[in-house]
Amino acid sequence: METKRTVFPNKVLPYLFVAPQLIITLVFFIWPATQAVKSSFERADPFGFSTQFVGLTHYIRLFQDPLYLNSIGRTVMFAIAVTAISMGLALLFAAAVSRLIRSSQFYTTLLVWPYAVAPVVAGILWWFLFNSSTGILAYMLRYFGVIWNANLNGTHAMILIIAAAAWKQISYNFLFFLAGMQSVPHSLTEAAAIDGAGPFKRFWTIVFPLLSPTTFFLFIININYVMFDTFGIIAATTNGGPNQATNILVYKVYSDGFIGLNIGSSSAQSVVLMLFVIALTFIQFRYVERRVNY
Amino acid sequence: MLKALLAGGTAGLALLASAPAAFAQTEIHWWHSMGGALGERLVEIADDFNASQSDYVVVPSYRGEYEESLVNTIAAFRAGEQPHIVQVYEVGTGTMMAARGAVYPVYQLMADHGSNFDPSAYLPVVTGYYTDTDGNMLSMPFNSSTPILYYNKDAFAAAGLDPETAPATWGDIETFSQQIIDSGAAQCGFTMAYTATWLGTENLSALHNLPYGTLENGFGGLSSELTFNHEIAERLWTKLAEWQDAGIYNYGGTAGGPDNAPKFYSGECAMYMNSSASRAGVLANADGFEVGFGMLPVFADVDGAPQNSIIGGATLWTLAGHEDVEYEGVAEFLNYLSSAEVQAAWHQATGYLPVTLAAYELSQEQGYYDANPGSDIAIRQINLNAPTENSKGLRFGNMPQIRTVLDEEFQAVLSGDKTAQQALDSAVERGNQILREFEAANQ
Repeated sequence: METKRTVFPNKVLPYLFVAPQLIITLVFFIWPATQAVKSSFERADPFGFSTQFVGLTHYIRLFQDPLYLNSIGRTVMFAIAVTAISMGLALLFAAAVSRLIRSSQFYTTLLVWPYAVAPVVAGILWWFLFNSSTGILAYMLRYFGVIWNANLNGTHAMILIIAAAAWKQISYNFLFFLAGMQSVPHSLTEAAAIDGAGPFKRFWTIVFPLLSPTTFFLFIININYVMFDTFGIIAATTNGGPNQATNILVYKVYSDGFIGLNIGSSSAQSVVLMLFVIALTFIQFRYVERRVNY
Repeated sequence: MLKALLAGGTAGLALLASAPAAFAQTEIHWWHSMGGALGERLVEIADDFNASQSDYVVVPSYRGEYEESLVNTIAAFRAGEQPHIVQVYEVGTGTMMAARGAVYPVYQLMADHGSNFDPSAYLPVVTGYYTDTDGNMLSMPFNSSTPILYYNKDAFAAAGLDPETAPATWGDIETFSQQIIDSGAAQCGFTMAYTATWLGTENLSALHNLPYGTLENGFGGLSSELTFNHEIAERLWTKLAEWQDAGIYNYGGTAGGPDNAPKFYSGECAMYMNSSASRAGVLANADGFEVGFGMLPVFADVDGAPQNSIIGGATLWTLAGHEDVEYEGVAEFLNYLSSAEVQAAWHQATGYLPVTLAAYELSQEQGYYDANPGSDIAIRQINLNAPTENSKGLRFGNMPQIRTVLDEEFQAVLSGDKTAQQALDSAVERGNQILREFEAANQ
């Protein structure tokens, strides 16, 4: 199939059209990223008076540092948990709401609300709920014999940030799943119903496979969200603690660079993080996409 | 008539002349990290200074917490947009001192710009933290505090303890707490801010006259190594973990510990250790009970303890790269700031230490300490003995990172993953790596 090409009479005009986007990308992405790559090979004092080239020192040190390797492991766990929970629940809610006729608008509005909440605020909300001395959830957990203390218990802290990060993302995933489900032709599900397939069977054999482009898209978006945007949640709640239990890669970049003022190592970490996400996205497009029904 | 016209004309001319002069006032930018009530007090100081003369206008601006403000300052410096004065917390001192080209040391500023500046007017424990090895004062002490102990007098009375006697040793802390818990006067004995850092290792070492690091706690050079994994720290950390399990001690989180103060205010914990600058907050929030004040506890069997405590808080650094005429204004403002009246008013309103002897004496004359019992605990505690190499302060680069390491290792002790000695040893090892990194970056 040949796509239709628009031919501009003027040679310069098309470049002018894409210029704003290009400039924004250059200024806000390419240039800072180059700076990060450059300073990851340097050791500099915070004020920038002396800078020496140190080659791969920062990278070598990172991968020899057991704390950094632990942080990678934790990030993977966090990413899997948040993505699975937020996508799973969003799918469940979308399936439920798409069966409603009159009240679906109402539920959609309610379910989308949390998306308007900034990550920092989401973090604070959950921190309040789970606060060991004043939180309502921590208080209720006592009835089940759980002494909740996210200040000391690494698992508790991890659960806290997973809950906050997943809760916030459910809205986004929900909207896409709902839109995806509404575009599944009714004739298919009706035909299946006539053939005697129950709602559950209809969902698994018809709706879910047809949703796979949406699922795939959300998967990538969610991984990127977990890798970068959850920073605010951690900064507002656990600060990476206790004892680094919630120190995921993106937060470590911040704490080493902005609190520790170790620009070199922090840049090296952000380059690693960037490569990590690029690789992941590449793998997803290369292998996962093959199994997607478009 | 003619005279009147003339007079009117000159007045008009004078007005015309003075109008641009008013705009030509030299602006002095002051970045600070004092939020809330403290920030209001700070703005008042700047306003009073501006009203007292007409050549300079001090423009204070809040730049976030200490860490954020330091990072902002560094970024601004790299962009050539730095303020004249910036407030930097005590643990940022090492970083600022190493940045020789960025800083205009206060002693030099005062020498160049002709103010009658006398470093000996300042309290030695305060200036000691901020002078170089030659005795030159590098930054201007502004808000300094030292940790003290607050206790709930009503809970003490209810537990059958003497409400007028503060615990003096860790042994007292343990027995008092036990008695308070057993009698049901409170659910927990005590809670403390900066358990792993400012209080639980830094002041602990100073009070027991033990070195925190080699080379005079880092004052002697960048190649200093940490030594806080001593027996006393091991003892306290082991005890704290034990007390945490027994409910005697309650951990409130890293750094200042957001959960500490509420536990004391609500009466859940009977004792609370934190900065003397928390005084105003404690008195405002502790309703329903009377607050007593005491010094930080020590281990009774250590000779010479308590030595003296060290300070925290922040100082004002002057940054390089501005015009001479502006520095004249900075010098004048810093002089104004350290006048006895301004200092005494700031000290009494906030609970920060008076940083000059004159301000302390003025507060005495004004009867402040008599009217506010316990308000002189902090100043007595930092002046208990002449500071030694181990108790005049700390100077390590990347100190904020080292504090983070200590917080983490302490959490590992409380959760039972490590013994106190393992955690302290590991903190020393990780801290030394951080110091070497700093040394390499600042050669």
